[in-house]
Amino acid sequence: MTSLSAKIQDVFDEPACDNNRGKDAKARKQGCSKPLTPGAAAGGCAFDGAKIVLQPITDVAHLVHAPLACEGNSWDNRGAASSGPTLWRTSFTTDLTELDVVMGQGERKLFRAIREIKEIYAPPAVFVYSTCVTALIGDDIEAVCKRAAEKFGLAVVPINAPGLAGSKNLGNKLAAEALLDHVIGTVEPDEAGPYDINVLGEFNLSGEFWLVKPLLDRLGIRVRACIPGDARYIDVASAHRARAAMLVCSSALINLARKMEERWDIPFFEGSFYGITDTSEALRNIAELLVKKGADAEILDRTETLIAEQEAIAWKKLEAYRRRLQGKRVLLNTGGVKSWSVVHALMEIGMEIVGTSVKKSTVEDKERIKRILKDENHMFEQMAARDLYTMLSKHKADIMLSGGRTQFIALKAKTPWLDINQERQHPYAGYDGMVELVRQIDLAIHNPIWDQVREPAPWGCQPAGEDDLASTKNGTAAVNAFNEFAGATAHRFGDR
Amino acid sequence: MVRILRNTKSAAVNPLKSSQPLGAAFAFLGVEGAMPLFHGSQGCTSFALVLFVRHFKEAIPLQTTAMDEVATILGGADHLEEAILNLKTRTKPKLIGVCTTALVETRGEDCASDIANVKLKHAEELAGTEVVLANTPDFGGAIEEGWAKAVAAMIEGITRSGARTRQPKKIAILPGCNLTVADVEHLRDMVESFGLKPVILPDVSGSLDGTVPDRWVTTTYGGTSVEEIRELGTAAQCIVIGEHMRHPAKTLHGLTGVPYAVFQSLTGLKAVDRFVSLLSAVSGAAVPARVRRHRAQLEDALLDGHFHFGGKKIAIAAEPDQLYQLATFFTGMGCDIAAAVTTTDMSKILQKVPADWVQIGDLGDLEALAAGADLLVTHSHGRQASRRLGIPLMRVGFPIFDRLGSQHKLTILYRGTRDLIFDVANIFQANQHAPTPEALDLFRKREMPDELRSSPLTRH
Repeated sequence: MTSLSAKIQDVFDEPACDNNRGKDAKARKQGCSKPLTPGAAAGGCAFDGAKIVLQPITDVAHLVHAPLACEGNSWDNRGAASSGPTLWRTSFTTDLTELDVVMGQGERKLFRAIREIKEIYAPPAVFVYSTCVTALIGDDIEAVCKRAAEKFGLAVVPINAPGLAGSKNLGNKLAAEALLDHVIGTVEPDEAGPYDINVLGEFNLSGEFWLVKPLLDRLGIRVRACIPGDARYIDVASAHRARAAMLVCSSALINLARKMEERWDIPFFEGSFYGITDTSEALRNIAELLVKKGADAEILDRTETLIAEQEAIAWKKLEAYRRRLQGKRVLLNTGGVKSWSVVHALMEIGMEIVGTSVKKSTVEDKERIKRILKDENHMFEQMAARDLYTMLSKHKADIMLSGGRTQFIALKAKTPWLDINQERQHPYAGYDGMVELVRQIDLAIHNPIWDQVREPAPWGCQPAGEDDLASTKNGTAAVNAFNEFAGATAHRFGDR
Repeated sequence: MVRILRNTKSAAVNPLKSSQPLGAAFAFLGVEGAMPLFHGSQGCTSFALVLFVRHFKEAIPLQTTAMDEVATILGGADHLEEAILNLKTRTKPKLIGVCTTALVETRGEDCASDIANVKLKHAEELAGTEVVLANTPDFGGAIEEGWAKAVAAMIEGITRSGARTRQPKKIAILPGCNLTVADVEHLRDMVESFGLKPVILPDVSGSLDGTVPDRWVTTTYGGTSVEEIRELGTAAQCIVIGEHMRHPAKTLHGLTGVPYAVFQSLTGLKAVDRFVSLLSAVSGAAVPARVRRHRAQLEDALLDGHFHFGGKKIAIAAEPDQLYQLATFFTGMGCDIAAAVTTTDMSKILQKVPADWVQIGDLGDLEALAAGADLLVTHSHGRQASRRLGIPLMRVGFPIFDRLGSQHKLTILYRGTRDLIFDVANIFQANQHAPTPEALDLFRKREMPDELRSSPLTRH
């Protein structure tokens, strides 16, 4: 586990991370994952994080070396989309039994599992994930992978991110390290060109990258590798020949972007495809980086033309929602997709931001939030479920945008809710994606069910049947209310 | 004699199983004011939680001891203690159900004495909260085993032992994990209709039935109360549904002397008849008119439905008791079981499954063995195999994450059997192929081999 500890130290000491630069040497060494409180912790483990980052690579067999739970409880649970291969959705695990653990048969079983996969599925690569138990019993997955790769003549990549190593975010970074160590740069493409880019940290959830890709196509920009969304193994293996890179989800894969710049001189910028201005800014940055790296400067003008044309269309489409959404109050409760550009677009059509979590925000972000929010108190680190519920059940927001974790707080408080994290059902990237997001907000807020569920039952004042009659505290009031019903004629309850 | 074919593969492909601690947590979720606690790394909990939420579409209380690298090396007792105390302060549960995971079991931790120490040391702070332990490493068993262990643990830890004065109308019911919320609700109605008072453990119909409470609750709301578990020993009779619940019933019997009767399945006319006869005998009451009516409806459903079932080949992958429940249902309608796949080889019920063989395995096995079948029967993860094989899928068991309302589907007693007949017959009718000249051409047909499906006996 020494090499793992060294890797963890390495990814924590990330010079390109804004938060990290703000710390002193000692704090930096401690890393960015806060110690978890037993009995009050939430979120996934390092293995979870590693799998999230790598699994969308579609033609790879992902083999989890573990007892059942790690894979059995979690497979086929994310909505990344593939334009071709489906092998990534087939689940492979060594499903270690008690006998395997006790007899120390883990490594042998793993080796045989790789052979079975090779024989039946013939994938270009097998990714092997270590987990808590296999790390604890000391299975040397690197050695097994090396041996299997030699013996079977295919890429077998060890992913060393057992759950006990730390958080999901750490796992994201360890996955990137595995790609750097074993995959990227192992295949030389024969058709590299001046307009090749990488897009890093784009997961193609609900296929949303396909809302953006046509824009790049139009500009003649080729996506050498989108990592990991809809990637093929060969794309990732030859990603080192791209001219420039865009880093989409910075907190997950910043080490990947920086080290690719160091090793292969691929400059990158951090950007987002969420919101109109951010999408435009991303296109602009890509073009500029490519020109810096030797592409013809005429692409800059073409990019501006495309941006102007697409922005005009998007704003026109959004304008149609102003009448319906003006003055509606949005509560943002997510560290994820919270591009300022999305907030900007929502405010642009007259919506009001009544609160936002700042858990994952930088100091700069917080300043920006203060300017946007009318009341600084509406900025919160993390709201306890009970407080959030109270706030929503008092109708202090018209909709909450968040991730699945807080979904039921909103729904049980009878408040419209829209998923803007990884389980979301709709694509929100690019110009059309922003319009789709606003359309979904409109649909959620104006759904006719809200009128139905917020009204109490007309007989709600009655005691609840004979079972509970004895426990009804306010007996007289209930009886009075009941009498109101008793005197009515059947006619009163029918349709007029 | 059913041949049990053991798994010979090293790579499980598309797992059928969910983990044993998940099964234990599921059982704890059927108790009022409960908070299940996984003793392991945070991922163990997170994965199980997400799966529960995808299935039930509800906020699910489930916590973790958050074992990290240091705790893994030094031992997890401190994490366990801290977690229990934190949960007590923050959520004031009536029950903390500790489920161990592979991580702490591989370390060989003595969690029972760890918990005993915590209880001793913090007796005052923990007053009003029961803490029970289910040893459920992920490398053994599956949901059924975890569920049964949690129920046995609750009886051992909470039920008052010794012979008690029996209440003649009180019936303890220990349902298996394959019963849905609707099943448990219906079961209660049925028992009550004989003038009996059922205590059901666990009772997911009170806690996982999807309601909108008027305040935010961090533990379960609804389900069996701790007090009811404590007083289980005063029941006149215990009724067990599913072979995997025999062990908890034995535990109860050993502690309190309550006699038990095991029903391996409550699906199918004959099985329900026996159950209803028992209720009538225990209560001394005649079978109510409503129940007679339901039986008549089932008779009619059998008559109307059987046309669609006769000769159909069914491929089932499910936990042992559910496999038995469904396989006997289908063969009782005139179907053949073309493939039977299950999770573990520990259950005695497998010998009674009406099939030539039962494969211990995964959905990869089901897919390989189901070619030529008319219907796949398994949980939602069977959707990929269904699409690839072009065979319709009937979703049963856990998890069902791509259909709403699975918890409100009835599968037991007269009405549940009736509903199952309709569900399946409708799937068959929806997937009927119109006759074509080619399909009926007698010369073409003779060129095709009779038996398209592969047998696992030839695979091994």
